Amino acid sequence: MAIVLDILSWAAIAGGLFFMVVGAIGVLRMPDVYTRLHAAGMTDTMGAGLILIGLTFQAGPTLVAVRLMLVWAFLLFTNPISTHALARAALSGGVEPFRVDMEGDKP
Amino acid sequence: MVRAFGLGAMLFGVWLLLSGHYTPLLLGFGVGSSILVVMIAMRMDVVDHEGVPLYLVPRVLAYIPWLLLEILRANISVARIILHPALPISPIMVHFQASQKTDVGRAIYANSITLTPGTITTGVEGSELEIHALTWADIDGREEDEMDRRVTRLEQGI
Repeated sequence: MAIVLDILSWAAIAGGLFFMVVGAIGVLRMPDVYTRLHAAGMTDTMGAGLILIGLTFQAGPTLVAVRLMLVWAFLLFTNPISTHALARAALSGGVEPFRVDMEGDKP
Repeated sequence: MVRAFGLGAMLFGVWLLLSGHYTPLLLGFGVGSSILVVMIAMRMDVVDHEGVPLYLVPRVLAYIPWLLLEILRANISVARIILHPALPISPIMVHFQASQKTDVGRAIYANSITLTPGTITTGVEGSELEIHALTWADIDGREEDEMDRRVTRLEQGI
């Protein structure tokens, strides 16, 4: 039983790390602030979420597990607000969204 | 009044989960701080239909699993785009008509759109949402329409 839980928890943590790394690569590869936000959004929804799920398997049926899930719930509530605030600030600051036909700007 | 009690019960529930100490003195502190927060919230006039939407709680709990599945699917497609050697993005700004009647419903819809990677709500004007999408495919309307329908159902309780 313990070994099954360990495998599940390691699989979830490895998946979370994968999404974190891919999100970081995305932030580096994307051309402008809006597209970078899409990549950054991955790290806090799936990246942090899968790592927290993996840690919950490690915690077992205790109060710690409930608290870890609460952390994720609060992340899911606050993350879209900060993303929206960033995008809105960039828009009202006059940052033009990147378009594909602007070939010269592509990295 | 029901809302104030509901808010107090929820705050105390979170306090119980976070504290983990169940001696009479500390429980008393927990009850006291919950009551204090409810009193401050009532003075701020935020304990109303919009601030404490108790009627939404069971329906939101039913909506979350579908949303998490949608987030997983969107994450995989964005990860595939990022790891693709040619970085096949076609960013686009579109305007969507939200079918929700209340501000709470629109907030849930806009936040759900932002939560799924690949789409970000950048503005809300009345019932019109301004959305930035990473590719054309992200905004072809199928997932967004489905989400719109589900949030409207959630809001109206059908």
